[in-house]
Amino acid sequence: MRLINRHPQRGGRLLLMLLPFVLLLLVYFSASSARLADNANDKLLPSANQMVAAIDRLAFTEDKRSGHYLFWQDSAASLKRLAMGIGIAAIAGLCLGIAAGIIPLFGAPLSPLLTVLSMVPPLAILPILFIVFGLGELSKVMLIVIGITPILARDLEQRAREIPQEILIKAQTLGASTWTLILRVVLPQLLPRLLIALRLVLGSAWLFLIAAEAIASTDGLGYRIFLVRRYMAMDVILPYVVWITLLAWLMDLGLRQTARLCFPWYEGAKS
Amino acid sequence: MSAFIEVRNVWQEYGDQVVLERLNLSINEGEFCTLVGASGCGKSTFLRLLLGQERASRGEILLAGEPLAGEPDSSRGVVFQRYSVFPHLSVLDNVAIGLELPRSKLLGRLFGAAKREAREQAAVILHKVGLGHALDKYPSALSGGMQQRLAIAQALTMQPRVLLLDEPFGALDPGIRKDMHALLLELWHETKLTVFMVTHDLSEGFSLGTRLLVFDKTRLDPHAPNAFGARITYDIPLNSDRRAQRAAVEGLPAHIAGKLQPAL
Repeated sequence: MRLINRHPQRGGRLLLMLLPFVLLLLVYFSASSARLADNANDKLLPSANQMVAAIDRLAFTEDKRSGHYLFWQDSAASLKRLAMGIGIAAIAGLCLGIAAGIIPLFGAPLSPLLTVLSMVPPLAILPILFIVFGLGELSKVMLIVIGITPILARDLEQRAREIPQEILIKAQTLGASTWTLILRVVLPQLLPRLLIALRLVLGSAWLFLIAAEAIASTDGLGYRIFLVRRYMAMDVILPYVVWITLLAWLMDLGLRQTARLCFPWYEGAKS
Repeated sequence: MSAFIEVRNVWQEYGDQVVLERLNLSINEGEFCTLVGASGCGKSTFLRLLLGQERASRGEILLAGEPLAGEPDSSRGVVFQRYSVFPHLSVLDNVAIGLELPRSKLLGRLFGAAKREAREQAAVILHKVGLGHALDKYPSALSGGMQQRLAIAQALTMQPRVLLLDEPFGALDPGIRKDMHALLLELWHETKLTVFMVTHDLSEGFSLGTRLLVFDKTRLDPHAPNAFGARITYDIPLNSDRRAQRAAVEGLPAHIAGKLQPAL
């Protein structure tokens, strides 16, 4: 039988799904124990025990200096920035995308502008953001917003253009004005596309967040990672990276489930 | 009395390409015109002109003596071959939206009692076109024929004076198509609707219409195939019994005729 026609069985699929993760862990921990056996003070590949101890120190023990639980404080600060950034970008991207994709008079000036703006590397203008918005929360949120809004807007513009002309004409024959047409026909059809677009830019949003926190911050997951790098504290960095990955994965899952629950009519939500 | 729809010397050109030339036509209210012709000969273009989706390059179209509005509006209903219904609304809301949009200028939706009333009204229309069992389904769960029934119900909700059909049954299988013909004729009998229907199926054109319009190019330059557009080469009155019946009903005094036409 050709390879392309062979499908994994139900149980086999689960096994195949777990296999790469198990292999990764196996490789890591065997390498770790080999290094630690050579030198008990090795910091590069900490053992599971060392990482659990580090997390226990950061997440379940009060910090002596500030009296906070640093792990949760970092998580809360980062998630707040991320949520604000993604929320603002989603609304801005939706408005720009609809305006550029549906209303020709707005699309004519907006479309080329968005194309050019999306080419500006956001990290290159990070210093400008710090100068303009200061070193506080605003500049970190703005980096996320500036980084992902053009991508969202361009994607939604494209999706808005893909709405068949027939649908827009039908709505007009049913008595819709431009505004009610957008409100009742275009917007509901674009919302599931927005959720999918958000899933795709989630990675970039985290990238910009960590970058901003690494450079100027006093808390946050990215800040902590870059802080403890000075002591080569891999026992902190690795669990933090795993935690960030887990959070991002949960957000992705949440967006997918939301799309499926709220927009049962939408075909693309099933994949 | 002048005709309901008057087409005066209409030309449609896209750059060098002439699609329609020198169209002159007058159509009475209540006629069922079927438009036939080879692919790409301008039938659908003519329909788009009537719809207001495009403007004629030359000439004018009058609707009840007034120049036709330059954009689609609720005086002209339309059913396309595909994409005629809103995928994100249930069958019921697909029809109810037509009742909501004109009444709520700000939000395009109604609430509370007004919304219930619109939905009840929509349900009546849907029962009439045979979709009473599928009110809560999304269009993607309907067959092609059912989707077109829904599209027709949607268009009729607005009680337009003109119904434009662009190959509405082109994608349906013959059995379903026959049911749809019966439905369409029934609805046409009950309303004073003027219908324009583009079709590739000649027998459909002959059996449904009271007037068959054939589009064809009368002049052809083999060196410049786009230089001349199509005209209406045949204009054939059909089904004189239905015509006469309609004329007789319209001849009655209004208070009797009103009773004969069940309200939709």
